[in-house]
Amino acid sequence: MLSAESLAKIDRELAKYPADQARSAVMGALRIALTERREKGATPEERCLNSEVIEFVANYIGIAPVAAYEVATFYNMYDMKPVGKHKITVCTNLPCALRGGMNAAEYIGKKLGIHLGETTADGKFTLLEGECMGACGDAPVLLVNNHSMCSFMTPEAIDKKLAELE
Amino acid sequence: MLEIEIDGKKLTVNQGSTVMDAAHAAGTYIPHFCYHKKLSIAANCRMCLVEVEKAPKPLPACATPVTDGMKVYTASPLAKKAQAGVMEFLLINHPLDCPICDQGGECQLQDLAVGYGNSASRYQEEKRVVVGKDMGPLVSAEEMSRCIHCTRCVRFTEEIGGFQEIGMANRSEFSEIMPFLGKTVDSEISGNVIDLCPVGALTSKPFRYSTRAWELSRRKSVSPHDGLGANLIVQVKQNEVMRVLPLENEAINECWLSDRDRFAYEGLNSAERLQKPMIKFDGKWHETDWQTALEYVVKGLNGVSADHGKDAIGFLLSPHSTTEELYLAQKLARAFGVNNVDAALRRSDTRVAKQQQGALWLGSSIVELAASKSILVVGATQRSEQPLLASRLRQSVKKGSQLNVIHVADDELFTSLNAKLIVAPQQLVNALAQVLKAVVTAKAGETAIDLAAANVSAEAQAIADSLCAADSASIVLGNVAQNHPAFSELLALAQEIARLTGARFGIAAAAANTVGADVAGANPVRGAFGQNVTAGLSAAEMLAAPRKAYVLLNNEVEADSYNGQQAVAAMKQAATVIALTAYKGAGLLDYADVLLPIAPFSETAGSFINMEGKLQSFNGVVRPLGETRPAWKVLRVLGNMLSLNGFEQNSCEEVRAELLALGDIAAQLNNGQSVLAANVAAGNGELVRVGDVPLYHADPICRRADSLQQTAAAAVPQLQLNPADAERLGLQDGQAVTVAQGAAEVSLQLRTDAALAQGAARVAAAHPATVALGGLFEPIQIKRG
Repeated sequence: MLSAESLAKIDRELAKYPADQARSAVMGALRIALTERREKGATPEERCLNSEVIEFVANYIGIAPVAAYEVATFYNMYDMKPVGKHKITVCTNLPCALRGGMNAAEYIGKKLGIHLGETTADGKFTLLEGECMGACGDAPVLLVNNHSMCSFMTPEAIDKKLAELE
Repeated sequence: MLEIEIDGKKLTVNQGSTVMDAAHAAGTYIPHFCYHKKLSIAANCRMCLVEVEKAPKPLPACATPVTDGMKVYTASPLAKKAQAGVMEFLLINHPLDCPICDQGGECQLQDLAVGYGNSASRYQEEKRVVVGKDMGPLVSAEEMSRCIHCTRCVRFTEEIGGFQEIGMANRSEFSEIMPFLGKTVDSEISGNVIDLCPVGALTSKPFRYSTRAWELSRRKSVSPHDGLGANLIVQVKQNEVMRVLPLENEAINECWLSDRDRFAYEGLNSAERLQKPMIKFDGKWHETDWQTALEYVVKGLNGVSADHGKDAIGFLLSPHSTTEELYLAQKLARAFGVNNVDAALRRSDTRVAKQQQGALWLGSSIVELAASKSILVVGATQRSEQPLLASRLRQSVKKGSQLNVIHVADDELFTSLNAKLIVAPQQLVNALAQVLKAVVTAKAGETAIDLAAANVSAEAQAIADSLCAADSASIVLGNVAQNHPAFSELLALAQEIARLTGARFGIAAAAANTVGADVAGANPVRGAFGQNVTAGLSAAEMLAAPRKAYVLLNNEVEADSYNGQQAVAAMKQAATVIALTAYKGAGLLDYADVLLPIAPFSETAGSFINMEGKLQSFNGVVRPLGETRPAWKVLRVLGNMLSLNGFEQNSCEEVRAELLALGDIAAQLNNGQSVLAANVAAGNGELVRVGDVPLYHADPICRRADSLQQTAAAAVPQLQLNPADAERLGLQDGQAVTVAQGAAEVSLQLRTDAALAQGAARVAAAHPATVALGGLFEPIQIKRG
């Protein structure tokens, strides 16, 4: 289900906690599983977590599948729905909204031809509304694929970023 | 000890207790939903908010530890306002469907809304809707909109059930209680979540919509299934058992019930219930009246005894029958001159009865067993034999006890084991002998048993170390050990280990009245309370050397015997088979000649002696169905009609008094063996069947409980083999195979399971698909396709 590299990374997560508290490693393990799927998945369905992957991860670290499912569905960075190759999460909380966060989201949506929460037909981009990323001074901010945060996303900066991602 | 004050009442409580504990001690009720004394503290319902002096805001009583001099007000204006506020929030999304809700009338939310809520809600917006979930055939989760997210069910499956089968997915307003996607709740004690659910979200599937809670009368009873003797509240409406709930008894079942105890009542209302006496005549069954049927029985018994002698008659009694029934049945047999009386139907070792010095029992109370620092369980499929005992031992491990296992399969116990020795059935004796050898070495002791053939393995050493080091230790032989042909060796070895380590040892009785049967004299060698009697044949011997007549009490030999194939053959060759039974099962209709309808536990007074030797009496909760009669009455009348002395009892209580006047039960409990000779050599490498009894096929009642029969645990048994054995035989996982014992062959699906010991072939007993096979722990042949 997962590659040897990912399993080695999960083993590293497991090693951080006492053997009888392996469930502490569930967040790291799910993140590693999701990262692998996003990088290797060919379709939006293959880029997100599903019950098979969650069950596999749970069994691997030795916890009940439903316990891993609780975690995966609690945190919104674990993609439980099909997701494009590039997941763009735009902050629309108050400070960002005051400084053009909503406009940035609308601009991206218009450019890609999708609404918030949708994926482009070619499966390349998914546009999501996000919560505060702790960089209000850099507003508008957006997050690409959970990991890379982009600041001061004016229309020009957005054009540049989208061109990079193409 | 801390001095605190609750509502002006002064009391002293232990350091570390919570305000909730203190309130209970003071007899003050604090409203709550998520708090439960047996579960961890979640503090997520907020209903138990109370005012604490000097605290800036109300605090949850369940999660607030007491401090010295604390002053708590549970009903001050602040506390009341907080409770009313919480109640208003809880009701925001709760549907107002009380009139059609199964929980209506026994709903904590309903009660507390009246007691602590406001009369109207200010919430005008839409309520959220949650889609129902499928939790399997026992627990209904159809109306999850009613859930208030107390997470009691989640914590129960994780903490008491041992495996978290239910979880709370999603977050905040979208939170939903659910099993894992596509899975059902398969725990053997899952029904307890119905009791735990404070609202109508989780309800009993078999009971749903059948009646309202206030129409039911509550009657106390005792479970007739496993040897634990769980205390029941049987709820009855119009002379029908509608459902079964736990009666709290901390020493036995705590506040729980296993699903077998809870849902088997469906079998009491089964269409297969026998309602009139029946006689087989010209190969056809005819309903008749009691007089004719009893005269037929008397004629049959007298006829066989005149033609073939008294020794040609055998009495096979059920360990699920009441003590009074067993006492009268053996009294009748022996007064008539028949010595072949036995209730140990699935026991294959015929030596045990001859060597035992008392009634075999647990060796301690259940509480003492659970408190042992080191526990060795030998040959037990714990979770199907006594689900609540398995759960209790799981709690013991959490409290620091060491659990050791010697068994034929590494069954999932959902707990951590100190050491385990997983061996094929024919190696079981050798495995226990290894432990004894290690104990002998460690204690520099001596034993009469020749241990030359035992080579101490590392695991056996670890088990011995655990038993020797603990200041209290217990050894328990489970059902697999008790049915094993080498039961007396296992008993002898356990006795020696116990003697050298100071441990207690005993058996975990499989049936509700296994201990009672020995006490009441339903034993081929010992009479009631150990009275001297002429020794007769044990159940296994009666079937191996067929008799001319059999009297069956409350059992179906094809499923309840050690060797179903042999048992049915013995029945078929007999001149007459007289069955006292609550059911007209297919087997009985085939081989019996007369069926006398007797009352199951719900329709007669009686008593069971549980595994710890405790006599628990109960009364019937409903009138006998149709022309059914309590078995003690039938036996009494039969005694009169056979012109025997001592059958003048007018009530079940008189029978009980007559029995109990014979002696003291506690003095009868004795696991001692008079003979310790034991061959401890390991068996050969051939495949031996592991015929453990499936959870819901253990007795005639639960075999007919429809909902239990739909569970995963009641599925058609598979042949389970260790992958290495399957490879050696050239078989693939999932393939159809034919297994054969003696003349019988049955087709099963193969499942390879690394948990099974090499050399063991697990084919469960008592299921209709496997009853044609032979001995439960005998060699078995496996063929392809």
